[in-house]
Amino acid sequence: MRASCRAIAAAALLAAALHAGAAAQDPLDDRLKRLETELRCLVCQNQTLADSDAPLAVDLRREIRALATAGRSDDEIRKFLVDRYSDFVLYSPPFKPVTILLWLGPFALLGAGALTWWVVLRARRRDDASTAGEPSAAATARARALLDGTE
Amino acid sequence: MRRLRWLVPLGIFVVLLVFLGVGLTRDPREVPSPLVGKPAPAFALAQLHDPSRQLGTTDLRGQVWLLNVWASWCVSCRVEHPLLLQLAKAKLVPVIGLDYKDKPEEGKAWLASEGDPYTTSIMDVDGRVGIDWGVYGVPETFVIDKQGVIRHKHIGPVTAEALEKTILPLVRTLQQS
Repeated sequence: MRASCRAIAAAALLAAALHAGAAAQDPLDDRLKRLETELRCLVCQNQTLADSDAPLAVDLRREIRALATAGRSDDEIRKFLVDRYSDFVLYSPPFKPVTILLWLGPFALLGAGALTWWVVLRARRRDDASTAGEPSAAATARARALLDGTE
Repeated sequence: MRRLRWLVPLGIFVVLLVFLGVGLTRDPREVPSPLVGKPAPAFALAQLHDPSRQLGTTDLRGQVWLLNVWASWCVSCRVEHPLLLQLAKAKLVPVIGLDYKDKPEEGKAWLASEGDPYTTSIMDVDGRVGIDWGVYGVPETFVIDKQGVIRHKHIGPVTAEALEKTILPLVRTLQQS
């Protein structure tokens, strides 16, 4: 009984220690991690700088850490990379004249689709409306004949 | 008007085809450098063959020069190497070699066995100058004018076509200006 109590206490202590360790993690690490997940690795282009093991990604992470410890802000670090590697390093490209098509293109396509839909529906409704109303005399006579079973 | 309606999807299809067709001719690995048209990032680095001496961007002012980023570990550098040797023989323009993230002994051994096309080679052991120049894939070649402005960047191995149609004509006009 005593031994199991001691074991539980030890486990609780260990858990608390582990939890404290996680909480005491460097806030700089979190900040850099967040920043690096927004940046593209230029060597393996579909990976973020945080995920990539390419030598250049390792170098750039080292460079970013050095800039951050020197007190540069996230925007200054992003600018450092954009100045060297162009907007391509940003996974979220800035809104400017060359990226207008990129940002607004999907909405323009959606708008064009909605417009087409509306035009088609309106035309169909007009067709329905023009055929509605009294059927022609010939059609009525034929329907009558069908119903009477004389045709 | 109604009879020509079938032209609409055809038109959209043709536009799509043109976009995708142009997309096929482009290489997504070639990221246009924002440094073209801007002053070359300054460096002063130890020379590969004589580490006690440095070569820097200020030493190269007043002439048109090429910066070729290479390394002994770089496989595609072997592809462009014969062309660079030819270029060196023609003595049209000084070619500075930036030995990128390489061990100096291995770089020197590579040049000794393959031939050395470089006017001078300098060492960027930790790759920091490479970052300043926006290098992301070796080999890369830059054309720098007399005022120290980057005028062109070629990504990947230099081809005979790129050399004759783009790089050398540019070098000639820059030398005359």
